[in-house]
Amino acid sequence: MDWLAIFNLALGELISPLTAAYILCAIGLAVHFGFTGLMNFGQAAFAAVGAYGMAIGILTFGMPTAVAILFGMACAVIFALVLGIPTLRLRADYLAIVTIAAAEIFRYLMLTSGFAGVTGGSAGLSAFNEEFRALNPFPDGEYGFGPFVFREEELWMRIVGWLTVVLAALFVMFVMRSPWGRVLRGIREDEDAVRSLGKNVFAYKLQALIIGGVIAALGGMIFVLNLSNVQPASWGTNFTFMIWTVLLLGGAATILGPIVGGMLFFLLLTLTQSIIGGLVDVGVINFLSPPQVGQVRFLIIGLALMALVIFRPQGIFGNKKEMQFNG
Amino acid sequence: MNPLTLSKRGILGLNRPVAIWLGALAVVFGMLFSAVPASAADETPAPADGSSLVIKGKVKNEGVGVAGIELKVTGPSFEEIATTDADGLWSLNVPTKAEYKVEIQLDSLPEGVGLRDPETTVRTADLTMVETASVLFPLGVDTRVETPILDQIAIRAFAGLNLGLLLAIAAIGISLIFGTTGLSNFAHGEMVTFGALTTWLFYAVLDLPLIISAVITIAISAAFGWLQDAALWKPLRGRRLGLNQMMIVSIGFGIFLRYVLLIVFDGETKVISGDFQAVEFGPIITTANSIGSMAISVVTLAAVALFLTRTRIGKATRAVSDNASLAASTGIDVEKIIRIVWVVAGALTGLAGMLYGLQFQANWLTGFQILLLLFAATTLGGLGTSLGATVGALIIGFVVELSSLVLPADLKYAASLIILILVLLVRPQGVLGKKQRIG
Amino acid sequence: MANNISVGAAAPGCKKVDPILVADNVTRQFGGLTAVDVAHLEIPRGQITALIGPNGAGKTTLFNLLTGFDKPNTGTWIYDGKNLAGVPSYKVARLGMVRTFQLTKALSLLTVIDNMRLGAQDQPGENFLRSFLKPLWVKYENQITAKADDLLKRFKLDAKREDYAAALSGGQRKLLEMARALMSDPKLVMLDEPMAGVNPALTQSLLEHIKDLKKNGTTVLFVEHDMHMVRHISDWVVVMAEGKIVAEGPPAVVMKDQAVIDAYLGAHADTDLGTVAIKVVKGK
Ligand SMILES: Nc1ncnc2c1ncn2[C@@H]1O[C@H](COP(=O)(O)OP(=O)(O)O)[C@@H](O)[C@H]1O
Ligand SMILES: [Mg+2]
Repeated sequence: MDWLAIFNLALGELISPLTAAYILCAIGLAVHFGFTGLMNFGQAAFAAVGAYGMAIGILTFGMPTAVAILFGMACAVIFALVLGIPTLRLRADYLAIVTIAAAEIFRYLMLTSGFAGVTGGSAGLSAFNEEFRALNPFPDGEYGFGPFVFREEELWMRIVGWLTVVLAALFVMFVMRSPWGRVLRGIREDEDAVRSLGKNVFAYKLQALIIGGVIAALGGMIFVLNLSNVQPASWGTNFTFMIWTVLLLGGAATILGPIVGGMLFFLLLTLTQSIIGGLVDVGVINFLSPPQVGQVRFLIIGLALMALVIFRPQGIFGNKKEMQFNG
Repeated sequence: MNPLTLSKRGILGLNRPVAIWLGALAVVFGMLFSAVPASAADETPAPADGSSLVIKGKVKNEGVGVAGIELKVTGPSFEEIATTDADGLWSLNVPTKAEYKVEIQLDSLPEGVGLRDPETTVRTADLTMVETASVLFPLGVDTRVETPILDQIAIRAFAGLNLGLLLAIAAIGISLIFGTTGLSNFAHGEMVTFGALTTWLFYAVLDLPLIISAVITIAISAAFGWLQDAALWKPLRGRRLGLNQMMIVSIGFGIFLRYVLLIVFDGETKVISGDFQAVEFGPIITTANSIGSMAISVVTLAAVALFLTRTRIGKATRAVSDNASLAASTGIDVEKIIRIVWVVAGALTGLAGMLYGLQFQANWLTGFQILLLLFAATTLGGLGTSLGATVGALIIGFVVELSSLVLPADLKYAASLIILILVLLVRPQGVLGKKQRIG
Repeated sequence: MANNISVGAAAPGCKKVDPILVADNVTRQFGGLTAVDVAHLEIPRGQITALIGPNGAGKTTLFNLLTGFDKPNTGTWIYDGKNLAGVPSYKVARLGMVRTFQLTKALSLLTVIDNMRLGAQDQPGENFLRSFLKPLWVKYENQITAKADDLLKRFKLDAKREDYAAALSGGQRKLLEMARALMSDPKLVMLDEPMAGVNPALTQSLLEHIKDLKKNGTTVLFVEHDMHMVRHISDWVVVMAEGKIVAEGPPAVVMKDQAVIDAYLGAHADTDLGTVAIKVVKGK
């Protein structure tokens, strides 16, 4: 087994744009679940709305990329309103089921051949990131050191992705330390108590849903800018639960949690997968075929999610006194 | 509402049961695994060259392959037409891991021949996780020719009743578990898959008689339910895990099971019963399998109703659902009831999986794909009541099937989920549920 | 008997000289059970009114209805000239009618001081758009913090200022909840069993707080089972049984009322309530 290659691969995952995309979605989910207590099982849809919004803005409406990004964010706001106004009055377990259902409805709508003219149907959309590439200020060449050597476009993608992560984290940190964030943390624990103090709980929950949703939409955009295409299959429930695992790994009610959780998650995932793959190749593990190694990845995610929630629900960084699941 | 402290027993508190459980699971799956002959589903030719990602299938009419059928496969920047060979087989290499759509070209069908399921001209092949996927379009008598609208409604309603009855059996499982423990079990879909694939293994692969395969399936499914409660849920209740936490644990467990099933049974779509003997009455053309399945469903539902209303254990179950601590104070052994509920739910859900598999096709994702329909059914009916779950399941069944009269067929699941959301807007407690205590 | 609170003699549903809250025909059914059935009730402004009655009489449900936490089957009620029927609970609180809960709702995952700050109203930093511009709200935050510290000191919770509310005893959480309710300078405070579980050493000072509230012009309506306390601080007593108002009047008179004794002890008892320690099972 080539340990060096495995480590380099895993280290590369640490700062890959996809990691940044997942982290953004997890920061959004931290706003929903970690700080406000909303059981949102439809985070994939917010990312998808952002991704499709941006791509459709560029391809169908001919928007410049910057405008299309704003358009994608606006779409996420609208999606949050459509989803939140009817459901935020429901009990937590209903909310979970309704959000997962809404996410699936959105995916079916993107998949159906009826709207394929705009959404691309099952083929999805591509060729929307030319302007984004053209905006790259870095001249052609290779940049970096050690395992972190990137071509100019890879560097550009990483810088945009991680800058967005940093800005989103700072933004969330500021608002959560404000009196506004204090109201959210109150709602997380007991809505009625906060109502009795004269706060419009529904409005706060809606605002939290919108803000976390817009951050996830940015994550979705990074995701598809990196892959150069949007496909309906990316936004299934697996995407959502991967984000939950990332969030719970780091700590749901923390700012650093989603970031470190995301990096650690992909580092560990890549390491275990490469090691299992290597063991399969050299024949030590003979009950798995090479394609099954990729499937083991999800098996591990499932187990990790269970173990985290059972043994360390506050995550790596969480404060047990401050984090709890309601109910 | 305790903050989540580790129990005094510490991490080891869970180790023993989990170890037993994992061990047992490994044994069960190891057994199944070694029993699956490698050639079981190997009816189609291997791909010629290029990418290792393949979509393939066989187009059969009354068990005989049909040549010259065209299938259009579309995916991310990919579109190609495949044609079946003399044995009805086709296969196509595709470039990227993605979800593809396969559309059968109706004008390539021979005269007088149509799809057995005329609404489904497009099926999806999900290659995001697997390397090969098979897509099957069973043919039969052409039912397309100008069906009058009333006949169409009758046909769809019949299909809706069929689906609704199936969903009801599995939904009662979810509902019983929710009622007695408060858990929204996201791993329930895998119990459906488990039932379908177990039946496939014993009936289609090991060639046992159907009745014996059915008995084995139900027994193993019941044991599976018992095992889940004994090894996972009971210890977690002992640790006083919150319900939302339990829900997320069930999500993780569902993912885990799904991929175990994928690794053990591979990603191929299994045809469990090739026997599609047509039965016709009025405008409705169906199969003996479907009639049998509906009859079994009705009998099962009636039996569950009798069990819950007439037997001591059934009454105790309802008492626990109503108010567990009150039930406990009247001398009911709540843990015992919950264990029974898990066994019953396992058996019912396995049966539902079997019936589903015998009529349609099944693969590792089958149960997961109907999980949301099951939740929709239980939520619609009002969480925690078996009658509600049955009514909800029938509504969902009708909505799914009747919606395709007005909507494209690929939106029929979306339609039922939209109905779910609309109903919750008007009646958050579900159709039959009672209002919750507030404050 | 004459008094200076009611218009004419005290009787169930009698008119008050200066009512702050007037409720009419308020009913609430749970299935077949009528939990609240109040034909007419007026709460006198600027006075301390005790709402008593056996467990299950409907006192908490009446609180829930009046403050918008539950919806009645019928009824209207007017607070300070405004019709409150159908007004959501948070708006009721903003109008100056603030309640506490029988099952304490101190926010245990926030610190004591943050609990208190949350009680203040009109903090501009609670508006999302202003929240990330600290200069817009920091001055007000300092003001409410000072006020919170002052209240904490009065309620003897200042030593716990930085602790999570989870670390408080049951009685201390009751105190915190009450202090938090006072952060918004309410006009009408509704306390649901404020003394339940509070350390006897603290009850005396709690009584003084309630009297102080009256001095500052705040109206108090409270549910209590301890008859000594009711007699000691209340100006007026309203008695509920099986959802209905069965008696009203000054404490000394009401305590001798046969209807009250019947309500509490059943028809055969003829004991003076003041001498009976009434043990009532707490909770729902
Ligand atoms: N949400 C509810 N659902 C059903 N019954 C309720 C509910 N809330 C209160 N009750 C019933 O209404 C009656 C009045 O209760 P409550 O107002 O709590 O009484 P009190 O506060 O005077 O002790 C009781 O019989 C109680 O069981
Ligand atoms: Mg009460």
